[in-house]
Amino acid sequence: MSNELNHLAALATKGRISRREFVGRAGALGMSTAMAGSLLATAARAADPVKGGVLRAGVQGGQSTDSLDPALAASDVPYMINMTWGETLVDVGLGGALEMRVAEEVSSNADATQWMFKIRKGIEYHDGGTISAEDVVATLKRHTDDASQSGAQGIVKGIADMKAEGDMVTLTLNAANADLPFLMADYHLLIQKAGGVANPTSGIGSGGYMIVEHEAGVRTAMERFANYWDSSRCHADSVEVLSINDNTARTAAIQAGQIHMMTRVDPKIVELLAGNTDVVIERAAGPGHYVFIMRCDAAPFDNNDLRMALKMSVNRAELVEKILGGMGSPGNDFPINGAYPLFDDSIPQREYDAAMAAEFYKKSGHDGSPIVLQVAPSAFPGAVEAAQLFQASANAAGIPLAVKLEPDDGYWSNVWNVAPFCASYWGGRPVQDQMYSTAYLSTADWNDTAFKDAKFDELMVAARGELDQAKRKGMYSEMANILRDTGGLICPMFNDWVEGRRAEVGGWIPNPAGTLMNGRALSMCWLNA
Amino acid sequence: MHPIVKLVVQRIALGLILLWAVSVVIFLGVEMLPGDTAQAILGQSATPVALANLREALGLNEPALTRYFNWLFAALQGDLGVALTNGQDIAKSIGSRFGNTLFLAGCAGVIAVPLAIGLGLIAARYNGRWPDKLISGVTLATISLPEFVAAYFVIFVLTQVFPIFQPVSMVFPGMSFWDKLQAVALPVIVLVMVVLAHMMRMTRAAILNVMQSAYIETAVLKGLTPMQVIWRHALPNAIAPIITVVVINLAYLVVGVVVVEVVFSYNALGQYLVDHVAKRDLPVVQAVGIIFAAVYIGLNILADVIGIVTNPRLRNPK
Repeated sequence: MSNELNHLAALATKGRISRREFVGRAGALGMSTAMAGSLLATAARAADPVKGGVLRAGVQGGQSTDSLDPALAASDVPYMINMTWGETLVDVGLGGALEMRVAEEVSSNADATQWMFKIRKGIEYHDGGTISAEDVVATLKRHTDDASQSGAQGIVKGIADMKAEGDMVTLTLNAANADLPFLMADYHLLIQKAGGVANPTSGIGSGGYMIVEHEAGVRTAMERFANYWDSSRCHADSVEVLSINDNTARTAAIQAGQIHMMTRVDPKIVELLAGNTDVVIERAAGPGHYVFIMRCDAAPFDNNDLRMALKMSVNRAELVEKILGGMGSPGNDFPINGAYPLFDDSIPQREYDAAMAAEFYKKSGHDGSPIVLQVAPSAFPGAVEAAQLFQASANAAGIPLAVKLEPDDGYWSNVWNVAPFCASYWGGRPVQDQMYSTAYLSTADWNDTAFKDAKFDELMVAARGELDQAKRKGMYSEMANILRDTGGLICPMFNDWVEGRRAEVGGWIPNPAGTLMNGRALSMCWLNA
Repeated sequence: MHPIVKLVVQRIALGLILLWAVSVVIFLGVEMLPGDTAQAILGQSATPVALANLREALGLNEPALTRYFNWLFAALQGDLGVALTNGQDIAKSIGSRFGNTLFLAGCAGVIAVPLAIGLGLIAARYNGRWPDKLISGVTLATISLPEFVAAYFVIFVLTQVFPIFQPVSMVFPGMSFWDKLQAVALPVIVLVMVVLAHMMRMTRAAILNVMQSAYIETAVLKGLTPMQVIWRHALPNAIAPIITVVVINLAYLVVGVVVVEVVFSYNALGQYLVDHVAKRDLPVVQAVGIIFAAVYIGLNILADVIGIVTNPRLRNPK
């Protein structure tokens, strides 16, 4: 292993370069993608894990209304709790690679319409018994059920038939989908005994820690599960998830050592923490992004020239600098970035161009009445400020953009997906197909831009069944260009995960797929004495 | 019937009617909020199918009146039901959280009330001189700070500059009494800062008011020291207004400290209520609202009764 590679791996584990970049640069040094991924993991695991102790995570977004039902998890606290007591069939590991968990092997037929998962033998539940193929099918069925309220319903509804035979689960799809295994990594799809149908909120699964005490929105204490199958994980004797919603209190708690890791470090205070040797800031460039969405079926946004004028009048660099404190990257008006496999990085970055924006605006023939952007503080952190910066740069181009402040309360039901132009965010998905099919397919439930394009839909379905990766990449590139040039999405920035950990926490490997190492930080980190 | 017993019974009966009225107002208030429980739970991830399924499951399709009376009859039988959002038993959740609320309010009250009254007596004794000005100045300064500013201030000073306490003060079963006291130290300090001035100023004003009376002059002429005069003669006659203010502040410590709870992640009833209001979780909002109203009404009855019992003129109306 060359020094250059070691250096790259160190940079990547520190989040200075992205995993994708790392894999690319390692490739240039003659390394295969798979080798590069494992090298990265080795670099982070170089130290020997220390056993024992209590590991505490301070997480934002908990409420006393939270449920333990994985189907209903919608914020970071239940997500983190669930990912610690439960496990999915597969995980999205480093470099976007598929990692086997409850399933030990995945295979498909030639046209990707049928997928076979071989269930690992002898994985025990906390309350006895082992995971069977039937449990897996029952779990998936619970989430696909028409009466289900699961957040994963849209993901699993493309499965026409599920069958359990011995230790094999066979999923037959309505249409080919080369990405299906990635969908099984969704955090709602934790395998529960008999699918968790009888008691979905039991909080009993096969994960490395079992719940001892749980008070919703306050604290969940978990103990190491002695019979956990994966001996390379779960080093602390017990772990706790503390719900600390106040930014200042969470930051003070990690400085005081009351917690060992925290979510959502405010970009504004990252610099202030730089002088503190006890706390390390961890960044991971993920697929999450902040957006302004125009509904393509509502006037005046039904005019593509006007949409282009608005896209041209966002100063992306300024937003990344001022709203994200530099902890992110500019967006390009389609929801995909380097965190996704098969991303085409040759698509030119859209820049602020007042002259061009003015030209498009003139061409659109808009009557000059105010164009209202509705925004609430909870649309994303810094949403109101971002909207005001957008207003200023658009006004400079002669576009009469106005900002209307909405209350947080009821924003997601009364404004988002209703108002013609508003602010929102997306957390991203493991694969491109899932992001596009969630929000940009003509028929998608969450098509919040009301974007309808037959060619785009066609390409998406074709790409789903395409097993030739080069061809697939070409299709995704074409889709990205369609959305970028005709869609209703203004995507000014991708936000990094900015998280904190105590210096004594070992084993941290930033994973852009989700917050706190894709939810596995408590299971994979340890406390150095 | 003894007139005081009669009064208490009357007040309690009135209080019950008030509680019922409160439940109606809460119900109407939650109904008037935009969006319903299903939308609030699913948030951005609401699909039409999931929304319909959840509404059906939560019984939100029933008419509002039916839902209100269903709740009322169950509640009258002592059944508060389960939270719509996470299916947890409301009485059980409230039980532990109300305990935490009382613990925090109790700790703050045990420190704040004697301190405020003591400082008030000293301020009255040295009326217009430097101890009076110092006490008034400091307490008025602490009450003028918004709670969250005071909270951040004590977090900064007592966890960062002098790392004595922990910034996150959640308490849970299994903690020893001493651990709990340590955990709530910071919120208690903030609450004491917030409630001190009101009670101190009222004590001072009430005492000074009485000090104008002729019998105080007699006591002074009799040769008592100023502190004895205040303690033995002025305070007993000034007790009623002081008690009223103390009770209002105690009620505030129980029902009004949600900001402090949030900043310190203290798991008490206020935060629990706010979370459920945001989710339009009516049964929980009703239950907590009624408890808070009952605390307020109960403490006010108590203040009235103490005021009457300590005042012979009211005790034996002629």
